[in-house]
Amino acid sequence: MAGGGNGEVKLLGTWSSPFVLRVRLALSLKGVSYEYVEEDLKSKSQLLLESNPVYTKVPVLIHDGKPVCESLVILQYIDEAFAGIGPSLLPEDPHDRAVARFWAAYIDGTFLKASGQASSGKTEEEKAEGKKHAAAAVDNLEGALKECSKGKPFFGGDSPGYVDVVLGGVLVWLHAGDEMKGVKTFDPATTPLLAVWAESFDALDAVEAVMPDVSKLVEFAMAWIAQAAATAAAAAAATKGVFGSRTKWNGTEPFRV
Amino acid sequence: MAGGGNGEVKLLGMWASPFVLRVRLALSLKGVSYEYVEEDLKSKSELLLKSNPVHTKVPVLIHNGKPVCESSVILQYIDEAFAGIGPSLLPADPHDRAVARFWAAYIDDKLLKASSQASSGKTEEEKAEGAKQAAAAVETLEGALKECSKGKPFFGGDSAGYVDLMLGGLLPWVHVGDAVKGVKTFDPATTPLLAAWADSFGALDAVEPVMPEVGKLVEFAMAMMSHAAAAAAATN
Repeated sequence: MAGGGNGEVKLLGTWSSPFVLRVRLALSLKGVSYEYVEEDLKSKSQLLLESNPVYTKVPVLIHDGKPVCESLVILQYIDEAFAGIGPSLLPEDPHDRAVARFWAAYIDGTFLKASGQASSGKTEEEKAEGKKHAAAAVDNLEGALKECSKGKPFFGGDSPGYVDVVLGGVLVWLHAGDEMKGVKTFDPATTPLLAVWAESFDALDAVEAVMPDVSKLVEFAMAWIAQAAATAAAAAAATKGVFGSRTKWNGTEPFRV
Repeated sequence: MAGGGNGEVKLLGMWASPFVLRVRLALSLKGVSYEYVEEDLKSKSELLLKSNPVHTKVPVLIHNGKPVCESSVILQYIDEAFAGIGPSLLPADPHDRAVARFWAAYIDDKLLKASSQASSGKTEEEKAEGAKQAAAAVETLEGALKECSKGKPFFGGDSAGYVDLMLGGLLPWVHVGDAVKGVKTFDPATTPLLAAWADSFGALDAVEPVMPEVGKLVEFAMAMMSHAAAAAAATN
């Protein structure tokens, strides 16, 4: 069977996606070989559309022809389907597993949600609110790391596990954001454990092998921001053109750009 | 040890919460005995604040003194910690488990989010968009039920499982919405499998005694809405 002991494994992804990165990190940590397929999200492949009809998003893991979607679902699948290969991602004890799942859900549902609002909120007020919640979430994650690691370097203890991968996938984007904004999300002064964790995680062989370049991500982000600004400017110009001298759009007339 | 073979199990909850209901349904299906503690969410207990410091929400399951929070996390915990008692909630095959987890996440991320926007959106436009997305989500779930059930009554097959519980916890509130709006969310004409599923799930021995009364929920919902309207009027 192609792919050796783990069957045929294919990952549909994009190089810049933190969610795809989570899956690459997991496969790398476990030592599972796979075929990586870079998707063009502006022209999605037939395979992607067929494998993830509900969301048409990456990552999608296809194992022996069967697709698995959603990064957290994929990570748990990898842990279970390749249980005999490499280290486990989730701990053994049911309560420890529940704690790990809780923090994984928190990272997506609270931390990432707030960070998203901080950058893409519709008003300055929304953005400030998001920034505040994101900072509070980081404080909570510092506490989580203390609780889960029990003095070891990772959420998973001596070696990285589920929560490390869930947060680790986002890490390189945090580095890019820090560079662009001149801040430190995991500030050694306020979140010393997370600051050390980030260094330890980045330094792992299995992680270095798959992490994208921070500078490439910064380039990518700058291009994306410029593109978004251009689209907004074009939209504003079109509105002005349509409504002539009216200086304020009253928010009810639809317009198309 | 108190509680018998499953250790000491306590559930902090609120009678109207669909998320708490999910947990009660799971414990009922598995036949796990527990102590239920009704929380006053306007005056949260010390135990709740201590057991769920991050969210201070219900449900919280406390097993032998150790708390577990978030309904989907609790359901998976129940399946693992009480693996020897009653039926399994998740299937055995890793791919089937992944499919179940996918749909459980979809129910929260898509259906619930859209339904919430449909009722609580800030503008009529937002509400209409929410309603549209919720209807689309229901159609997608009809397809999911077809795929997962393989002709049997439940997402879990012959017996109710993880996805049945995640959606089942919402059923009383779906009935409330239907009653108030004069509609049928799981319309037999457009979503026949889900309509049949709702009947089958509601009729299960383990489910019927745990479900809150729709009449009481309607009262509760009306009180919540008039309270919200009063608060909005006061701020205007």
